[in-house]
Amino acid sequence: MPTVLYSVRPRSAGADNVSSHPPVNDLAIRVGTVNGSGSQSANLVLLRAINGMGIPCSGKNVFPSNIEGLPTWFHIRASGRGYVAHRLDTPVLVCMNEQTAADDVRQLRPGSLCFFRSDFKEDLAKLRDDITFFPVPFAPLAEEAFPPVPTDKGYRDKLRKVVNMVYVGVVATACGIEMEEVRTAIRREFPGRKAKAAEINILAAEAGAAWAAANLPMDLPFKVERLDVTTGQVLIEGNKAAALGVLFGGASVLTWYPITPSSSLAEYAEGYLKAHRTLPDGKRTFSVIQAEDELAAVGMAVGAGWAGARSITATSGPGISLMTEFVGLAYFAEIPVVIVDVQRMGPSTGLPTRTNQGDVVKLHYLGHGDCRQIVLIPGSVAECFAFTIEALDLAQDLQTPIFVATDLDLGMNLWLSEPFAYPEKPLSRGKVLDAKALDELGQFERYRDVDGDGVCYRTLPGTEHPLAAYFTRGTGHNEKSGYSERPEDWKRNLDRLALKLNGARAKLPAPVAEHDVGAKIGLIAYGSTHPAMTEARDLLRECGILSGYCRLRALPVSEEVSAFVGKYERVYVVEQNRDGQVCSLLRSSLEGTLDDRLISVTHYNGTPIAAENITNPILNWERTFSEHTTLTNGTGLPGESARGGDSSE
Amino acid sequence: MARDDTAVLVESPGRTTSLPTLAFQGLPSTLCKGCGHNSITSALIDACKSVGLDPYYTIKISGIGCSSKTPAYFLQYSHGFNALHGRMPSVATGALVANRTLTCIGVSGDGDTANIGLGQFKHACRRNVPVVYLIENNGCYGLTKGQFSATSDLHAHLRREAGEENVIPPFDLCLEAIAAGATYVARSFAGDRKQLLPLLKGALRHGGTAVLDIISPCVTFNDFSSSTKSWDWAKAHEEPIQEIGFVRQLPEIEVEQEAGTTTRVRLHDGSWITLRALSHSEHEVTNRAGAMRFLVESQERGEFLTGLMYVNPDRPDFVGLQEMCETPLSQLSDGDLRPQPDVLREIMAGI
Repeated sequence: MPTVLYSVRPRSAGADNVSSHPPVNDLAIRVGTVNGSGSQSANLVLLRAINGMGIPCSGKNVFPSNIEGLPTWFHIRASGRGYVAHRLDTPVLVCMNEQTAADDVRQLRPGSLCFFRSDFKEDLAKLRDDITFFPVPFAPLAEEAFPPVPTDKGYRDKLRKVVNMVYVGVVATACGIEMEEVRTAIRREFPGRKAKAAEINILAAEAGAAWAAANLPMDLPFKVERLDVTTGQVLIEGNKAAALGVLFGGASVLTWYPITPSSSLAEYAEGYLKAHRTLPDGKRTFSVIQAEDELAAVGMAVGAGWAGARSITATSGPGISLMTEFVGLAYFAEIPVVIVDVQRMGPSTGLPTRTNQGDVVKLHYLGHGDCRQIVLIPGSVAECFAFTIEALDLAQDLQTPIFVATDLDLGMNLWLSEPFAYPEKPLSRGKVLDAKALDELGQFERYRDVDGDGVCYRTLPGTEHPLAAYFTRGTGHNEKSGYSERPEDWKRNLDRLALKLNGARAKLPAPVAEHDVGAKIGLIAYGSTHPAMTEARDLLRECGILSGYCRLRALPVSEEVSAFVGKYERVYVVEQNRDGQVCSLLRSSLEGTLDDRLISVTHYNGTPIAAENITNPILNWERTFSEHTTLTNGTGLPGESARGGDSSE
Repeated sequence: MARDDTAVLVESPGRTTSLPTLAFQGLPSTLCKGCGHNSITSALIDACKSVGLDPYYTIKISGIGCSSKTPAYFLQYSHGFNALHGRMPSVATGALVANRTLTCIGVSGDGDTANIGLGQFKHACRRNVPVVYLIENNGCYGLTKGQFSATSDLHAHLRREAGEENVIPPFDLCLEAIAAGATYVARSFAGDRKQLLPLLKGALRHGGTAVLDIISPCVTFNDFSSSTKSWDWAKAHEEPIQEIGFVRQLPEIEVEQEAGTTTRVRLHDGSWITLRALSHSEHEVTNRAGAMRFLVESQERGEFLTGLMYVNPDRPDFVGLQEMCETPLSQLSDGDLRPQPDVLREIMAGI
């Protein structure tokens, strides 16, 4: 069951009826269907039609861990102000699944619209009198558009899917989505040999539109109008963006083991590699291996990185656990490898189809002993692309595992983006000595810090030179990579690795900071929280609270973060995990007493974070803080009782 | 002109080089004196020299354990990687796809392969990854002081005659290898250099997964009289199934063997391995089902069979199946690795 998705929007303080000021281009639609019923096509058509009208939009699939039969929801948001984060109070509900319909209706705000199947046993309209209900004869309309074909044994199954396209027509007409864009989107959804299916689905959508035109009032609220501000932008999932990063980052070995929500990343990447990295003679410039488990997936990637390939693997939290031993080895043996973690909720099966940022700090410390890993944290699909490329280069430059931490919301949902920019830098090859260089140098020691930056030179197997070979090991080693248990060798190695990590900070994607003039509070966030942060800052401004905002894009954190925190009285660290992992990390790493200024704001129920999940706790804190200040005229922090939390819990 | 005994002629695609003998040697062993693993290392060095293996294009990968320390003791001109316990196969697989010109010698032990690494072992066999997979099998965990492994004999005793009894029967790693799809499966004994050498040479030239289960007595923890992994027991009970000779495909050696008593198997690189069955003339070495039946039956009879159990040189190896270009992936240029800007533009337009 979904958690309660209702929360007060500060914006409408004093007006809790969402239709009191019918907004144009501020639309959110929630469609409840049954998993496996073919509703995904219909939802994508609605989304693409809105996108075709040039209105900023996003689509989120809130789906169960199930192939067929369990409830699933799709959230579409269109916003003239460019807000594409999750929205809690969707004013338009489409109920196609009776199992969840009553619950879905109870969560609506007064003034919302509800379209539901007229053949439900329960009359939803009796549940509430502050919602406008429209029972729609979806099945008869679908059958009218797609009459029975006696010879077609699969007719009933097809009809079940066509029904979904009827709600597309109904919602399009109710909300002002242009039918021509709907038709274009349907043809796009059913291309080539599916053209016949496209025409049937167009008829179904048109049947829904005609019914709506004849039966719905013309003055319904929640309309969209053509805006044409997103011309040229693309709708893409983070996993597909990262897959393109694999292609353009010059990855040559991709290993993986299926796990939601990262599987599609590897599958998209394999498709792109086959299409664009196959030579005219049919031979490939890459290898993709589906391993027997994540242990083997990362083992293969480490072996490939060691032998000179640009190797990458993708997984999610439970897979990271299995990869841990290899990551520790690769850190100490200094082997380049990239690991993408598309984070999901919880352990083992946990909530495998729900989103979370619970792995971030684990990734940073992954391994055994004194490990500190580099983690890149994309906050947009464009960064999923760019950071995957960057990670492949950094792995070569720094000879160490590089993590890219995305999450299910960013990875599997559709986000609007400018087309990705072609990488400007050539591929990094790092410090690799060939036979000619060895001849010139006359000596080689694998772990000797020749340049003083902690990054040593390496050689690759297949180098024809007596000096080239060395023995890679996890055991203690000296500069020649010889076995050593001498305390000074072990410590020198650790100190050099720390030096390397410190030097890496400057090479990592820097934090992005913005500042409202006069702001007293700062906000820190990272990853898929970013779109909600943008909206939350606007909402806070409407409540008279100005803010600065620093978006972290990598761990270890840049030294700039201390300077950012130093500017504000209080800094809220917003993240999608229970314990405020990055907030804790910052507390232990900020300079001086700056850690006193940090306040953790967390969201962790598995749903994508919405602006209200950020503004509600911050407003609570700020209210308490201003009362406290008034009473004591001091600067003490709010008491624990006023601690902000996730109000949607 | 006198022959230079310290030079070894090595062959790689497109080149023949002469390398000093020391290229094949390594550091002094730190294993126990008399350890069977040292005998294997010594035989392996000779086998590598004998087939003219190019150390520059050879990698040595191991798991963890006594056996896995040995790559430091041979082929010092080759890159080596002492990886994780039981995970040698995955590292080898990755390295081999990264550079398809490499030959891989994987060194493992019974705990490393039959216990913690059974999954990766069987998947490597299933994929037919071209690795010479040596299992230096002493039937116990030497490096952690003698605990049972999954190849410890049923009713074996822990560390000494009066030690705790093992009540669980062992894996037969040759059987597991054949079942999983390995294409060269042999068993030998560390002390039987005459048999081990040709088996190693054949494995080095095989080209698919070549598993050698080499019984290697642990002189410290498993070398008492009742142990089947002891020197004495093995010497007394060893029953070789063939007399094996490895023959390079060189004109002067291509003489016909005695018809009817020999089996000639052509290996991946065109060389032949010649087998002569001694006590088991019914064993056809290319018959997979027969090999498995043979192993199960001999196991039931309590026989200690050594020799080449199974070979199939025709099954494509995993690296070949990757359909990769001739140039190793590790040496591709930017132009090969990163498509041009118009490709990105087209993909973006399509999205």
